[in-house]
Amino acid sequence: MATKVLMEALSPTMEEGRLVEWKKKEGDPVAAGDVLAEVETDKAVMDLVARVGGTLLKQVIAAGTTVPVSALVGVIGKAGEDISALLEGQRGGGAEGQKPAKSAPAPAIAPTAPATGAVAPTPAAPATSASSDRLKASPLARKVATDRGIDLRAIQGSGPEGRIVLRDLATAAPMAAAAPSSSLPFRPSGAAYTDVPLTQLRKTIAKRLATSIGPVPTFYLTAEIDMERAWEAREALKALGPEGKISFNDIVVKGVALALRQHPACNAWWQDDRIRYWNEVHVSMAVAVEDGLITPVIRHADLKSLRQISAESKDLAGRARERKLKPEEYTGGTFSVSNLGMFEIDQFTAIINPPEAGILAIGAIVEQPAVVDGAVAVRRRMRVTLSCDHRVIDGATGAAFLRTLKTLLENPLAMVW
Amino acid sequence: MPLTTYRDALNQALREEMRRDPEVFLMGEEVGVYQGAYKVSRGLLEEFGPNRVVDTPITELGFTGVGVGAAMVGLRPIIEVMTWNFALLALDQIVNAAAKMRYMSGGQVGVPMVIRGPGGAALQLAGQHSQAFEAYYAHIPGLKVVAPATPYDAKGLLKSAIRDDDPVIFIEGEMLYNLKGEVPEEEYLVPIGQAEVKRAGDQVTLVCHSKTVAVALKAAEELVGLGVEAEVVDLRTIRPLDTATIFASVRKTHRCVVIEEGWPFAGVGAQTVDEIQRELFDELDAPVLRVTGADVPMPYNKYLERAAKADPPKVVAAVKKVMYLE
Repeated sequence: MATKVLMEALSPTMEEGRLVEWKKKEGDPVAAGDVLAEVETDKAVMDLVARVGGTLLKQVIAAGTTVPVSALVGVIGKAGEDISALLEGQRGGGAEGQKPAKSAPAPAIAPTAPATGAVAPTPAAPATSASSDRLKASPLARKVATDRGIDLRAIQGSGPEGRIVLRDLATAAPMAAAAPSSSLPFRPSGAAYTDVPLTQLRKTIAKRLATSIGPVPTFYLTAEIDMERAWEAREALKALGPEGKISFNDIVVKGVALALRQHPACNAWWQDDRIRYWNEVHVSMAVAVEDGLITPVIRHADLKSLRQISAESKDLAGRARERKLKPEEYTGGTFSVSNLGMFEIDQFTAIINPPEAGILAIGAIVEQPAVVDGAVAVRRRMRVTLSCDHRVIDGATGAAFLRTLKTLLENPLAMVW
Repeated sequence: MPLTTYRDALNQALREEMRRDPEVFLMGEEVGVYQGAYKVSRGLLEEFGPNRVVDTPITELGFTGVGVGAAMVGLRPIIEVMTWNFALLALDQIVNAAAKMRYMSGGQVGVPMVIRGPGGAALQLAGQHSQAFEAYYAHIPGLKVVAPATPYDAKGLLKSAIRDDDPVIFIEGEMLYNLKGEVPEEEYLVPIGQAEVKRAGDQVTLVCHSKTVAVALKAAEELVGLGVEAEVVDLRTIRPLDTATIFASVRKTHRCVVIEEGWPFAGVGAQTVDEIQRELFDELDAPVLRVTGADVPMPYNKYLERAAKADPPKVVAAVKKVMYLE
């Protein structure tokens, strides 16, 4: 019985995919899990994986072809098996497959070919099924993890279907211990976020402001930050050797994450009928790629050391440019940063990435005359501009966040205190 | 403490209560001259005479109804059913009269009656005579349901049941009548509505009652070999269910297997699991599992009968699952 290989939805928003390159030739043996082809989605280049073993009998579409999700791209079966009926049955579907992605989505399970019935319906296992992504943990494990401040996502469950059970927590380190830098006010609350329904006041603010300025009523707050000490700190770390080399962007990401922890009102999503206040800090980081930009996410940035942030940020940015990011690596941020300092831009305003409510635009560090202790001195200064979704963040709220960020960056020791 | 059989413990309870209270009388098929189909009423006709130990025709609905009437006018009848299989014929009197009288008379008339007899399967008595009906009666508001597992509990609970002002369904075990256990010579009562921890442990809770207490204790012994200490909670009373004792144990162990002789659907275990998941959701490290009789009429064939019963290997298998041992 031959099995169809279908174009799978490899990203949450993918409607069609371009087959970049076949990794298996016709006649090649394949095992379940083997990479059959590379597919370019709307976000990245991903692997299309064989769901069954056998021989790749047919490459139905050529490299470079774009087809909608669920379209037939190949056939796996026994060597020498007659698949003409299958391809015949699919011919209409094949033509249909070239239609724009707006047509109704094809069924996830391929229909059996008519008359001959020679085709095994493929139990399609989409790569990103919501149910398989759900974290499974026993109620007790969840409770204990909350009590002890353990991040369940970092744990491999040993129960059925990967369920995390009590014994799996025995060796887990609490988040606080793993991240001594998080000594700023922080209580792990178990739930990743808290939804707060909109008050009438917030509803009115949201409606009126949106009428005035557009769907995301944005305002901007700019502050100039003295980066002398951050500069010194960075130089001092450099002296440790290659591993001590971190970027200013890493320092700003860390500062932003810690400031968000203190100002949860800015670490939130607009959700139309409510505001989702995140109890976790995931910083999206705008990265320019060849023909656009993508925002890989540094998860739990508030709990990570500068060294971890630096390593992760390098890795994510590198793979972003190669378009090798997995969907879960560029979704789920709670706040964004965008840095054009390297282009010697002094100051700019960034556009909010909904549903996030804020984005920080980072300018270049420039030597400037500044008044220090009553005397004019040359100082390294950096301008940052916070774009706020006014439906979520009010002026004073955003300003308080920015003041905390300024304090942290001007006194880097406060970030590890 | 003297060793006494379950049968004799029940006999002592009947005798003591009939001596204590002249309103108490025993009625049923073969309870007098024959001294009971299972000899629970041995010697009672001789001591108390035919007015208080009454042999009836084979008329379950009739003599249960007489019992309800007697209770309504102030006597304290003990109705013996030869087995609970035969009491199906008396269901209308039990469910529609005994259970509801206090409620439907606005509290004016109670029915202080005990209906007692053996329930569950013995050996090769086939489908119609091998049935555990605890869940049937526990379903009915107005009835208390008691199912003791030991001679001590049988005596103490039967005395409490006789003194209770409401109808009590007292389900004995045919296979338990010869079970010996310590029964004190001095008077004591076991209160209705209290479970008891029959074996302490801290890794998994085995909830059981009646004959399955022995099954659970046997399984607990085998589990020691696997390094598992099981706590055995004997419900003793099915209704009212002693959730406090169950919850205290599961709070400690975080895992639970509920065992019963009866069928799975809407069984005693179903109710128990419901209580546990609602109250202790955050305490559970695994779903609560059940070991029950097979969901079929009891087979006559002895091998099939054995396969259909809750037994220690089934309990051990369920415990391994909730402990994630395989």
